[in-house]
Formats: sequence, C-alpha cells, structure tokens
Amino acid sequence: MLHEPARDSGPDPATAYKTRLGLWMFLFYCVFYAGFVLINVLTGGTVMQSIVLEGMNLAVVYGMGLIVLALVMALIYNHLCTAKERELADAARKEER
Amino acid sequence: MNLHGTPLSIAVFAVFVLAVLYLSFFFARKAKSASGYYAAGGQIHWAVNGISFAGDYLSAASFLGICGMIATLGYDGFLYSVGYLAGWVVALFVVAEPMKRMGKFTFTDAVDAKYDSKGIKLAAAISTLVVSICYLIPQMNGAGSLVEPLLGLPHWVGVVIVGSIVIMIVSTAGMASTTYVQFLKGGLLLIFSTIMVVFLLVRGIGTDPVSLQDASGKKLLFVPQQSTEAELATQGYQPVHKAGEFLKFTREGETSWWRRDAQGGLWQAQWAAGDVVNGQVGGLLQPVSRITAIGGLTAEEAARGTGPISPVGFLASLTHAETRIEQWHTAKVADEAGRRTTIYYPKNVSGTDEMKPGVKFKVDTLWNKLNFISLMMALFFGTAALPHILIRYYTVPSPACARKSTIVAIAAIGFFYVLTLFMGLGAATNGTVNPADSNMSAPLLAMSFGKVLFALISAIAFATVLGTVAGLIVAASGAVAHDLMDRYGGMNLTETQKVRAGKISAFGVGIVAIILGILFRGINVSFLVGWAFAVAASANLPAIVMLLFWKRTTASGIVASITVGIISALGIILTGPEMFAGPYGRTAAEAWHKLGQPGIISIPLSFLTLVFVSLATQKKAVAARR
Repeated sequence: MLHEPARDSGPDPATAYKTRLGLWMFLFYCVFYAGFVLINVLTGGTVMQSIVLEGMNLAVVYGMGLIVLALVMALIYNHLCTAKERELADAARKEER
Repeated sequence: MNLHGTPLSIAVFAVFVLAVLYLSFFFARKAKSASGYYAAGGQIHWAVNGISFAGDYLSAASFLGICGMIATLGYDGFLYSVGYLAGWVVALFVVAEPMKRMGKFTFTDAVDAKYDSKGIKLAAAISTLVVSICYLIPQMNGAGSLVEPLLGLPHWVGVVIVGSIVIMIVSTAGMASTTYVQFLKGGLLLIFSTIMVVFLLVRGIGTDPVSLQDASGKKLLFVPQQSTEAELATQGYQPVHKAGEFLKFTREGETSWWRRDAQGGLWQAQWAAGDVVNGQVGGLLQPVSRITAIGGLTAEEAARGTGPISPVGFLASLTHAETRIEQWHTAKVADEAGRRTTIYYPKNVSGTDEMKPGVKFKVDTLWNKLNFISLMMALFFGTAALPHILIRYYTVPSPACARKSTIVAIAAIGFFYVLTLFMGLGAATNGTVNPADSNMSAPLLAMSFGKVLFALISAIAFATVLGTVAGLIVAASGAVAHDLMDRYGGMNLTETQKVRAGKISAFGVGIVAIILGILFRGINVSFLVGWAFAVAASANLPAIVMLLFWKRTTASGIVASITVGIISALGIILTGPEMFAGPYGRTAAEAWHKLGQPGIISIPLSFLTLVFVSLATQKKAVAARR
C-alpha cells in the first residue's frame, strides 16, 4: 500500500505562484533572522539582556519568536499555496468542460 | 562519574532494537525496485514524513549536544537551536517543492535534472559523501560514548553495535525501514522530552536541588566551597603550585585545586590527572551545577524551592538579575611536576549573564563578530542543503506533500528546540551535569526523576543516533551506487542490480563509518557537524538556488560552484584557529588566519563562482543544447 513505485505527480500550474510567494516569504524571514544576528554582533549582548516580556529578556523572546514565526509563516504559506492550487485546478476543470 | 545502565534501560534499549529490526524485515519485501529502496516508493504519508524529518534531523548533536551546551554555557547553546530551526525556513520556501519536482533518488538527481552532465554527477556525489562522512563520524563516536556508561560496554563495542544495526536497517529495506525508524525515534523523542520538561516545571527550582543520589540515598552533588587564601591558611592548607588563576593546595596529604575569581575569592574545583581523580586513584567526578540564589526570594524561600512553576516563570526566574547560577568550565594546566591536570571549576554568574549570549560566542573583536555571523549563516543555509535531509523529499507522492511534510517538520523540530532550553537549564539548576561530559546532561536530568525515565531517555538517546546514522547511510550509499556507479559510471544497472548495488554500498559505507567511529575515539569531533553544515551551505545550496532562480546557470557553473564551495569551506576550516588549537595540538595564534567558521567567505564565493563560470560558458551551453 505504502511502497508502490512513485508516480509522476504531473504538471503543477501553481508552480510560478508558489515559487514567487516562497521567495518573498523567505526574504521576509531573512530580515528578522539577520536582525537577531546583527543585534548580537553590533551591541555585544547588551541589548539582548534587556527585559522585554514577563521577566524574560530580548535574547529569549527573540529566539523563541524566530521559532514561532517560522511555524506561523509556514502555515500561512501552506494556506495560500493550497488555495491557489485549488483555484487553478477548479479553473482547469471548468475549461475542460 | 560512573553511570551504569540499569537492567531496565538495557531492556528498553533491547525492545527498541528488536522493534526496529522487525520493521526492517517487514518492509524488506517491499523494497524490490530502485524506487522502493531509495525513496520508499515515493508513497509515504506527508505527516509520517514530517515526523521522520524530525527523527532524521534531531541528531545526537541536537539532543545531547545542545542540552549539554545550555547546561554549561547558558543561553549560547540555544543559539544553535535557533539557527538549526531557522534553516528549515529555507527548506520550505525555497527547496522543498522544486526538489520533489526535479529529483528522483538523490541530491545529485535534482541538480543534474536539466543538464545530464557527468561533471555535475561526480561533483555532487563527492559533495554528498564529504557532508555525510563529516556528519557520520561524530554520530558513530557519540554512539560509542553513549554505550560506554549506559550499557557498561567498551566504546568500540558501542560503535560496532550501532553500525551493525544500521547496516541491517538500511540494507534490508533502504528508505522504507529508515523512514519508520526515524518516525519512531522522532515521535518518542518529542513525547519523552515533553514529559521531562513537565516534570521539571512541576518540581520547580531551588537552591537545594534533588540532584543524583548513590545507592544509600546520599546526594552526589558537588557543592564547591568558597574561601580565601587567608582562611585556607588558618585551616592548614599549604599552597603548592600556581597556574594562572588556579592554585593547588595540600592538607594532611590531600590535594585540592581552587580557582581565584575576579574579586580574589577562591572556589573549590574538581580535578583529574591521569587516573587520579579528586586525589583518589580511579576516583570519580561528582555531578555539578546548581542555582545558588533566586531573584525575588529570600535564602530560606530559595532553599525550599519555588514548587510548580510556569514555563515563563521558570525562564523569568533564571533571567532575574539577582539570581546566581554556577556555570562549570574546564581548563588544562600543568602542576608543579609538569603533569597535565584537568580542572573542572565553577563560575558563579548572575541570571542576566546566564541568559544572554556571549559566553561561548564572544563578539568583542572583528574576527569574533565575523565568526559569529559565519556560524549563523552556515546553520541557516546549511539545513536545506544536507543530502540526507534532501532525499526525504522523494519519499512523498507530490510536491504539495513535500511542502506539508516540511511544515510538520518545522512544528516538531521547533517544539523540540524550545524544549532544549528548558532541559539544558533544568540540568544546570538540578545538579545533573557531568563536568567531564556535558553531553550527558539530558539523560542525567532524566535520572533525577527516577530510573524509568532515565531508562527511556537513554534508549531514546541511542535511538537518536540510529535514526540519523540510517539516514546518512542511505544518502551516502545512494551517492555511491546510484550517482557514481550507475549514472556517472554508465553501468546501466537493472532494477534488481540497482537495489543490490545500493545494499552493498550501504554495507560498505556502514563498515567505513564503524572504522572511523573507532579511530576517532576520544577526539572531540563535534566540529565535524559544523563542517557538514558549512560544506553543505557552501557547495550545495548555491547550486540548488541558482538552478531554480537564474535561467543562465550552466552545468559548468554548477560544477565549479560545488568544487569551489567544498575546497574553500574545508580549506578555511583546516587552516583556521580551531584546528590549530584542537586537533593539530598547536596554538590558535599559529593558524594561517583567525576565521574559524568559513560560511561568510565560502558561501558568497561559491555563488560568485557559479555566476562567473555560467556567464563565461553561455555560448558553449547554448551550442551543446543545439
């Protein structure tokens, strides 16, 4: 059941949309990641030790934030990709009719 | 410390191994075709694949290494967690779906999909082997180190056991059995790490931690005495030797080492010189690390402990400026007779210092800043270019499933990395750090909650090695059998021959891994994982990215980029300060340069090489296409 030979998944009309969306979301995340690295490098940890939320410092909140942001963006990306795939698949089916 | 596995931990380990072997033989019947062997038929459910990604990716370096680093160095260890997870963003947004669309069985298939170039096949296969071997050595070495204390077996036996089991897993059913081993391991790791963190938060924190106990119930925790030279003199201590900030005293024939802090106070240390440990031949180091003051609580309240505490409360208490925590460090000095002595000493730091970056990754000089940026670049860009991760995209039916499985992986891996901060800090505050081997911090923390959790966590730690090594051997054997023998060598193997070649290659790579694991015993090889990320980010990622986003990329450009990426990354590491101060046995000052991490140079260099060579070979590429 699970291990039959792989089949060709066929052409995907949403490829261009997904590639463009992925690239922009990647760049968006890069800005936050670069910010995390640069705050460390440029301030030598002094800014990172500032208490910013419920007794936790910026280093912890920013680090955890990057992990949570990755998941949130991943879910948004999947939602948008799935919606586009459905939209284009529906359009293709209508054209066939 | 002397930790011997309990019958329970050995039993749990044996059950896990038997389950894994059963799975392997169960799936063996279904791995008759090349697709079945190398890609599990491309029919794994995306949710299973996502957890398997976690099982593949969360290696001993993640579970044991990061928790140990946080336990001894505080927040700096968590930087690895952030970097390792952030790399999955690159995998999802840039690599996941195109890899599934372009590739068949290996990383080489994907980069060579448009070109059918012998040069790409050779360069990409070599890159796969270099990255896989760099990753395999620390895993195998870690397996030996784990088996030694837990099962009471010699290091080499541990390496042989892991190697043999993995060879059996991979050579019976290839990617199918590997997938389910990784799924099992990933799931168990998440479940039991969560349980341990819940136990930790229910226990809370206090200055009189549970720590570990001997058979009679006596606490083993080493509580360092604090004193001054004048006080020690009145107690009959005689100064014998001074080595930098460390002082050696004797009293009634007993030797002790102390470290002088910035205020002139002395802190008692543990020490080892040859087989003499803390003054006894064949003696044992005691577990260490505790919290000595909790911000906002009186000494009495802190001694009673906070009781159950929320995750935010736990982190906030440890971050409090008035909280004090022992960080344990190691130094090697020579005594008055010139004998090399290892000193394990505490630094009593504030919560502010414990929870901010800067203990390991200093950013005080230009070179340190560049090294830090370089490391974070390698972690960010390396994940999406690791061959054993990339081949998992071929095990799902469609690009959409590749995307969804990556999202499951981000959720699982991200959640685990959040737990590493709690497990590492939990070990640091519960007196469960082995001063000679911080990698045992998570299993020792489990031991403080009882033998059952220790047995389960130990077996999972071992399974962690099995899952990752299996993935690496599939990737490496694919590079040998599929890329080099079949496609580069033009052997045109039949389906049956391809499967047989894959199994023989897995056996060969497994044997090489066993030999390397034994040869590298005792050598700190954790830097090899860093190599793997740096080489993958420098050699593989530019090729993948440019192939997808720049239409003028040529086969020659990809070959040059991969070659320059490997050579520049390895060249910078081999001539850098970490190699001189470590494996070469010289000093960091003798290194050819001061850059320990290559990414900041090798990644852009590899991109630029691809662009220049592609532009220079445009006419040739167009002519070849005609």
